[in-house]
Amino acid sequence: MTVIDLVSYEDALASYDPVMGLEVHVELGTQTKMFCGCATVPGAPANAQTCPTCLGLPGSLPVVNATAVESAVKIGLALNCSIADWCRFARKNYFYPDMPKNFQTSQYDEPIAFDGYLDVQLEDGEVFRVGIERAHMEEDTGKSTHIGGATGRIHGASHSLLDYNRAGIPLIEIVTKPITGAGDRAPEIARAYVAELRELIRALGVSEARMEMGQMRCDVNLSLMPKGSQTFGTRSETKNVNSLRSVERAVRFEVQRHAGVLDGGGVIVQETRHFHEDDGSTTSGRVKEEAEDYRYFPEPDLVPVAPARAWVEELRATLPELPRLRRNRLREEWGISEHEMQSVLNAGALDLIIATIDAGAPADQARKWWMGELARRANETGTELTGLTITPEQVARVCALVAEGSLNDKLARQTIEGVLAGEGGPDEVVEKRGLKVVSDEGALGTAVDEAIAGNAAIADKIRGGKVAAAGALVGAVMKATRGQADAARVRELILERLGVQG
Amino acid sequence: MTDLTKLTAARTAERIASGETSAVEVAEAHLARVEAVDEKVHAFLHVDREGALETARRVDAKRAAGEKLGPLAGVPLALKDIFTTEGVPTTVGSRILEGWVPPYDATVTRRLKDADVVILGKTNMDEFAMGSSTENSAYGPTGNPWDLTRIPGGSGGGSSAALASFQAPLAIGTDTGGSIRQPAAVTGTVGVKPTYGGVSRYGMVAFSSSLDQGGPCARTVLDAALLHEAIAGHDPLDSTSVDAPVPAVVEAARNGDVRGMRVGVVTEFSGEGYQDGVMRRFTESVELLRELGAEIVEISCPSFTKALAAYYLIAPSECSSNLARFDAMRYGLRVGDDGTRSAEDVTALTREAGFGPEVKRRIMLGTYALSSGYYDAYYGSAQKVRTLITRDFQRAFESVDVLVSPTTPTTAFPIGERADDPMAMYLADLCTIPSNLAGNAAMSLPCGLAPEDGLPVGLQIIAPAMADDRLYRVGAAVEAAFHTRWGHPLLEEAPVL
Repeated sequence: MTVIDLVSYEDALASYDPVMGLEVHVELGTQTKMFCGCATVPGAPANAQTCPTCLGLPGSLPVVNATAVESAVKIGLALNCSIADWCRFARKNYFYPDMPKNFQTSQYDEPIAFDGYLDVQLEDGEVFRVGIERAHMEEDTGKSTHIGGATGRIHGASHSLLDYNRAGIPLIEIVTKPITGAGDRAPEIARAYVAELRELIRALGVSEARMEMGQMRCDVNLSLMPKGSQTFGTRSETKNVNSLRSVERAVRFEVQRHAGVLDGGGVIVQETRHFHEDDGSTTSGRVKEEAEDYRYFPEPDLVPVAPARAWVEELRATLPELPRLRRNRLREEWGISEHEMQSVLNAGALDLIIATIDAGAPADQARKWWMGELARRANETGTELTGLTITPEQVARVCALVAEGSLNDKLARQTIEGVLAGEGGPDEVVEKRGLKVVSDEGALGTAVDEAIAGNAAIADKIRGGKVAAAGALVGAVMKATRGQADAARVRELILERLGVQG
Repeated sequence: MTDLTKLTAARTAERIASGETSAVEVAEAHLARVEAVDEKVHAFLHVDREGALETARRVDAKRAAGEKLGPLAGVPLALKDIFTTEGVPTTVGSRILEGWVPPYDATVTRRLKDADVVILGKTNMDEFAMGSSTENSAYGPTGNPWDLTRIPGGSGGGSSAALASFQAPLAIGTDTGGSIRQPAAVTGTVGVKPTYGGVSRYGMVAFSSSLDQGGPCARTVLDAALLHEAIAGHDPLDSTSVDAPVPAVVEAARNGDVRGMRVGVVTEFSGEGYQDGVMRRFTESVELLRELGAEIVEISCPSFTKALAAYYLIAPSECSSNLARFDAMRYGLRVGDDGTRSAEDVTALTREAGFGPEVKRRIMLGTYALSSGYYDAYYGSAQKVRTLITRDFQRAFESVDVLVSPTTPTTAFPIGERADDPMAMYLADLCTIPSNLAGNAAMSLPCGLAPEDGLPVGLQIIAPAMADDRLYRVGAAVEAAFHTRWGHPLLEEAPVL
């Protein structure tokens, strides 16, 4: 194992400008595969979702999934790309056991979408434009599991298991133009780009884009050029960087590694590199001694894809608001800071809050519950917010009960606790647990009278003008009613009884 | 007593439908014929006796139940071993698929079954349909029933030999560069390459996807039309399948007539390399067409001279990719898997052992032609020639209804004669290849025997894409006139096996 000399990130950036290229593969969430009718349900038994076509049996033929083409066009449009009037699939020829035909049906020099951009917003609000070279359609390969080796890689394995359920799942590969001018913000920009792309894909409804499930996979190409130079250096290609954090770390590591090699008078070898989640480093994979020759040629088993202009425009009209613009609009509507908005995003709470608002809750209340009590609960149980067993409608109902005075804050929390515990909807929980605010003026009046009688000294202070002391009496009433009183109303009653203005 | 194996498919179907003969009797007569002669001919790689009899029994039961039978119900057929057949071995003439039993039916297989056609078995072929003599089969050559020491054509030599030796009245072939028409020509039978996209390629093991086309083989033009109609038509499983009505081929075959038609004679298809007897029979055919009322026009298609070169870049290129899947991982032969070798080594050893020399030659040619740096010069140029050839056809069809030529420059050559000379072998497809490159329809039918060797000569008729009916209209007229002239079908002159 060669020792890698890393230069500190700051020193590296003092001498070099990084150039990045990001290649992101997105698995589309179509019901069926790219070229056959097989199901795409995750977690099915190995090879259960296969047929002659996706197994590449002799004689089988592909048929293009129209929904996948539609998704590709939507992605292209959302990335401000031109959509090809006419384009073909191409065969990318190479041998690998998890690829049933030993060629991948992909697109080569005629991608369906090309020449676009995506504006990404950094945490401080700065917007950086990432150029999009192309987005093209292709099929996924099967999955190899290498058995018997220490690393899980093919080297050292005694045998391998092949699962072709993934073979033929539709993929869209999105390739950026070389990203220059990022400077020391390169890692941050790379992360923000992938995050923004993920949001975009989800907003389009074409994929859940869950990186942890391999539905979105990123390759990071990086090179350095000496400051002032316009000539790109030799790049490394770090494969399968599969989380936002990893994207950031991989860029950072490669910047430091490249700088170390270049500072030492060495040359960067064009190679693929493996990323290691544990320490954020990369190690050498396959050296590309000669550019691999994939012998691309137009796929003769498929007819060209020619999206009609009118249809493309129809799709354009159905595009949702871009996530970045939507976020900014909501941030302004809600009157919150960039930082607060970022917390909402990081918590995965945006859509839940919006749904809660749509169900009738005020924005600040919806945000308060999801980012407060519910975030805490999720954190405690180690689940995502979306994994909690409470719906935005139910949260909105709790907000409504608070607004009408049926619940106070404490009771609302207990109600939510009951819903999460599976005791039913908010109204059911309130009913079963008997959580309603005591609003019977008679009963409340009695409790107030008792509190005044039992705390004569405090009552006198209040009569004497120390209105702030009323808190103690409110506390006593709340205690007596087991918290089921409306504290504001209790305060009013106390002041009324003692003849002072609030 | 009638020899059931000598009947046409049309007549056989009529007899079964009327109850004159049972489908089981017909199947048994053909299975007995296979038993009697195929040891000498070697048309079949696999005979599905049980499957054939079961279908025949079902046809008889349908008839007994008063159900209406289709126009080919109960008629036996020999299926080229390139179409997948669920539960029945499919080898494509290759060692690499020895013992493979497909889990699914090709669309053609399915349509034959739906038409109650009795599939007798799978016929021999050049490995992966690469060849013009059936000598490239991994399972040994097939003899030409006219002279068993000669080739039956290729790649579909098993199908043509089965027809000519009366083992089946119908057969299915595939035509990438002439593999239906050239075997038909050298065995005195009828073969049609439909318009590209006319017959589904789903389940037809690919050699060259943009050229491959399945089609009917028979002993008469009408029988070919009946079979054509049974297998043709749009298939959603094949993206290149034409979504349009099947041309009215049966009606055309029943109404042979060339009066008022303009027939073009391609001037490029003559000269050096063409056997005298072949040209003599061809010239007579043209005269016959004139006598029958056609107008004869000479047509030049200058790009046709480059067709062979373009074909031998495009077909190998596509084949190099299509055949990559034979890697020992999922099906077929596996060599060298002793627990110590890598998957890569096992793939290499399997392909080394499983592919024959002609297949390897074409894989290497294609791999080279597609390589970066050579792509434009080879594959790219070949595609340009293809466009030019298509234009030549378009221009020709602006002034004529059909084109005619000899199907193949020579009659059947002796087995072994060209086996070591690929270029000589490739020349057998000189006249047939342009239609594959352009994707239009073509037929070969018998036009007599070459005087010098007494072997059959084929007349090729070429029609524009989706005008397959013209082939049958002209073919039926020519066939009727020749039968009148000869007093009998040509095959009656074949030696008795």
